[in-house]
Amino acid sequence: MKITLLFSGIAANCLIVGAGILLAPASVAQNVQSLRPAESFQSISDTRARSLALFEEAGKVIQHPRCVNCHPATERPLQGMTMHPHQPPVFRGDAGMGLIGMQCNTCHSEKNTPVVGQADTLKSIPGNPAWHLAPIEMAWQGKTLGQICEQLKDPKRNGDKTMAEMVEHMAHDELVGWGWQPGDGREPVPGTQQEFGALIQAWVDTGAACPPS
Amino acid sequence: MVTFTLNGKERTFDGDPDTPLLWVIRDFEKLTGTKYGCGVAQCGACTVHLDGMPRRSCITPIATIDGSDVVTIEGISGKEAEAVQTAWTGLDVPQCGYCQSGQIMSAVALLQMVPNPTDDEIDGAMTGNLCRCATYHRIRAAIHNAANSMEG
Repeated sequence: MKITLLFSGIAANCLIVGAGILLAPASVAQNVQSLRPAESFQSISDTRARSLALFEEAGKVIQHPRCVNCHPATERPLQGMTMHPHQPPVFRGDAGMGLIGMQCNTCHSEKNTPVVGQADTLKSIPGNPAWHLAPIEMAWQGKTLGQICEQLKDPKRNGDKTMAEMVEHMAHDELVGWGWQPGDGREPVPGTQQEFGALIQAWVDTGAACPPS
Repeated sequence: MVTFTLNGKERTFDGDPDTPLLWVIRDFEKLTGTKYGCGVAQCGACTVHLDGMPRRSCITPIATIDGSDVVTIEGISGKEAEAVQTAWTGLDVPQCGYCQSGQIMSAVALLQMVPNPTDDEIDGAMTGNLCRCATYHRIRAAIHNAANSMEG
């Protein structure tokens, strides 16, 4: 029995050390950044230039790792501010919910879950009722802001949304909103979802101009 | 007060609602077959079935499972569980054994959903269950054997 317990103890320590290595690159910095209000762009008289400026401001959110990590260009989500491949290795599966037997909700709950007794590099497991990956046609990883912009306007690559529906999605979707409430230990996306929604609305109202790719 | 079913019996827990399910299972219910490995859903040693689906109990606050059905390695049953048990012993799958409770819970859940899984389906379902003894090849073979035995 002593031998069994000894080996079990070694295994437990190895598992713990292994997990520590996997988690080591995670950053605990939580820089809260702001967004310029949509109204402040009124000073730009040229409509197209104003539209571009609005979208570039919104791009601070869109290209933030909190958003891009779940808009991967491969079958595997990303993690952390370093945007490293998700650990444990999980894959898109049907409807972006993961593979059979290893779905998102095998680990992720309906809300962010604090962890206890862990290193400072990991304070919570992120969660949301709608936790899933964006479809592959909505991949943002590796794209320029201009390319993402064109994607957002293309019904074939934006979930068949009208621009009004896109504004609604950006301004009110609960999973999008997770980016501002990512849980302890994670840097939120800049500003607020309300400010972001106003930027997207103003961008659409000014013709939804896209930066050159 | 949280009420749930554990291995077919109704249980209650009246402690801190943030208490991980794993701690309730091990420390309060004294069912120690489910293991603590990493505490952050990185290793799979704590896998149980929550309403029939595999779930990492180490990061599952007890308050979130009110009204749910929890099955641990001590309570797993049915043809898939029996097939896995036979296949596991037939191939002497475990080495140190620490991760095997979680491995078996994931394997049984996979077979309940996919009766005859391919290598890719096995790899996809089992990728979150680490084995420091690297028994992965025997695990995969045993899952195939269990699937084949159920076909007969």
